[in-house]
Amino acid sequence: MNAPKNILYTKDHEWARIEGKKAYIGITDYAQAALGDITFAGLPKKGDVLKQSDICATVESVKAASDVYAPFSGKVVAVNENLAAHPELINKSPYESGYFFIMEISNEPEKAKLMDSTAYSAYVEGISK
Amino acid sequence: MLKTIGVSGVGDLFKDIPASLRPKSFNIPAGKSECEVTGHLKRLSSKNATDLINFVGAGFYDHFIPAAVDAIVNRPEFYTAYTPYQPECSQGWLQAIYEYQTVICELTGLDVSNASLYDGGTAIYEAAMMALRLTKRNKIIMDSGVNLIYRTMLYTYTSNLSIEFVEIPVVHGQSSREELFKHLDDKTAAVILQNPNFFGAVDDYSDIVERVHKHGALAIASVYPVSLGMLKSPGEMGFDIATGEGQSLGIPLSFGGPYLGFMAAKKELVRQMPGRIVGATIDKDGRRGFVLTLQTREQHIRREKATSNICSNEALCALRAVVFVSLVGTEGLKELAQRNYQKAEFAKNELSRIAGVEVKRSAPTFNEFTVSLPRHANEVVYGMIDKGFACGFPLGRFYKGMNNYLLVAVTEKRTKEDIRKLADGLEAVL
Repeated sequence: MNAPKNILYTKDHEWARIEGKKAYIGITDYAQAALGDITFAGLPKKGDVLKQSDICATVESVKAASDVYAPFSGKVVAVNENLAAHPELINKSPYESGYFFIMEISNEPEKAKLMDSTAYSAYVEGISK
Repeated sequence: MLKTIGVSGVGDLFKDIPASLRPKSFNIPAGKSECEVTGHLKRLSSKNATDLINFVGAGFYDHFIPAAVDAIVNRPEFYTAYTPYQPECSQGWLQAIYEYQTVICELTGLDVSNASLYDGGTAIYEAAMMALRLTKRNKIIMDSGVNLIYRTMLYTYTSNLSIEFVEIPVVHGQSSREELFKHLDDKTAAVILQNPNFFGAVDDYSDIVERVHKHGALAIASVYPVSLGMLKSPGEMGFDIATGEGQSLGIPLSFGGPYLGFMAAKKELVRQMPGRIVGATIDKDGRRGFVLTLQTREQHIRREKATSNICSNEALCALRAVVFVSLVGTEGLKELAQRNYQKAEFAKNELSRIAGVEVKRSAPTFNEFTVSLPRHANEVVYGMIDKGFACGFPLGRFYKGMNNYLLVAVTEKRTKEDIRKLADGLEAVL
C-alpha cells in the first residue's frame, strides 16, 4: 500500500494534502484497492460548507458504495470535474489526478485528529490482520 | 402429493397465517360440483355493474385499448417471465423497457425515465424522497389539486419521517399562486403540482417552477399522459421531475390495479432516481444491445443507505403502455388528445343547458371538468346508475364543502349519443 509522506490521513481512509489554507481531499490507495473498480464519485458542490466528519461525497465501485467524510471543517472551493467522465482516475492515481475536491480549511487545529503516513500505515496494517 | 411434501391436508399449507386472519367461510354451499360453483360465482360477479356508460375519471380513465395490446403482452415470453435477475440475458425485456423509457421521456419532455414504478402515488412519493435527499431539506409544499389518493399515499409512506407538509388550498378550481408563494422559502425541498389538477383545470406552471428554482427547491409535476398529446409538457414548463399514473396508456380499469407509475427527470438527477434504468450499448461485435445501466442500491450494496425500496418495476403494465403508444403513434396521440378535449367541450355545452347545472369555466380543461348541481352529487350519482350511467365523481368525497359538485370525464370512447343521453338523464334525475 502506498501512503505518501507529505499528506495526512483519517481512520475512514480519506487523505488531505494541505497547501497553505487549502487542502486537496481524496481517498487513500488502501480504500481504492478495497473498493475495486470505481464507477462513480458523487462530489460535493462548490461552495458547500462542511464540518469535520460530515458526509461530503460518495464513492461507488462494482462491489460497494461508501460515504466519504470531510477530514476538516471548511468550504469546498473546487471539485475534480474529471471524475464525472473518468472515475477510474481514483483507482489509477488516488493521491494525484484522482483527488475529489479542494477545500478551504476553517479550523486548523482539527489537524490533530488526522494521522501522518507512518501512523496511517500502522493503522492499516492493524486492520488488515 | 400432500404426503410427499409432508403435510396432512391443504389447511396445513396455510398454517403460517393466524386462524383469525383467514376467511371464515367462502359462503359457497357444500357438496356442489365445479360446474355448479362456477355458475354460482358467475351469477355473483354479474351483480357488478360493469356495463354502465362511464363518465368517471378522477385519475383513472376509460380509454379504448386496441386488441393488439393484449395479443402482444399475453405472449408467454413476456407474460410468464419474472423480473430479470440476469438482466442482460433478457434482451427482449430490456429492449421493451428501453422503448418504454423513450416514450415516457418524449411525453414528459424530460431527459431520463426509469423502468416504471407501482402507480401514480408511489411515483410521487419517490419523487418527494429524491427532493429531500438532494436538497437535504425537509419541507414539502403540495397543491391540494393533487389527487387525494396520491396525497394520502405520500403521508402514509412518510408517516415515520420528520417532514413538514404544507397543503395549498385550491381557489376557483386552480392552484393558488398567492398561497403557494407565501409558504415557499429556502427550507422547501419540493413543490408538488398536478396537471390537469383534480378538478380538471389545465395550468401552465412555468412561473411557479421559476420561483421554486430561485429557492433551490425541486418542482415535481404529476401528469396525465394522454393529455400530453396536446398540453405543454412538464419539461417545457421547467419541472425537475414528472410523475404520473400510466393507466390511461393501454391498461384496463380495475379495482385495485395493477396500474403503472412513471417517472422522468432531468439528467443531473439520474443517480437519485429509484428503480432501474435500461440503456442501449454496442457489444464487442458492434451489435446493438441493452443493459441495466443503473439500478437502485437496494438489494446489492449499501442497503442501509438505500435510495429506494423499489428494486423491480411494473414490467407488464409498462409493456402495455409502450405497445399502446406504439400502436397509436405520435400523430395518433395528438388526435386522441384532441378528440378527448373536443368531446369534453361538447359535453360541457350539453350539460350547461340543464337548468340548475353550472359548468365551471374559470380555467381551461382537458377531458374532465367540474359541474355544480342543485342537489347532493351522491344522490344524483345513484339516480343515474339506475339509468345506466356512471355519471361522474362526487367531489364531496374528497373535498369539504363540495357536496353538490360533480367531476365529469369524457374520453374518446363516449359518443355524442352517450353525451346527449347523459344530459337527458341528468335533467330527469334532477
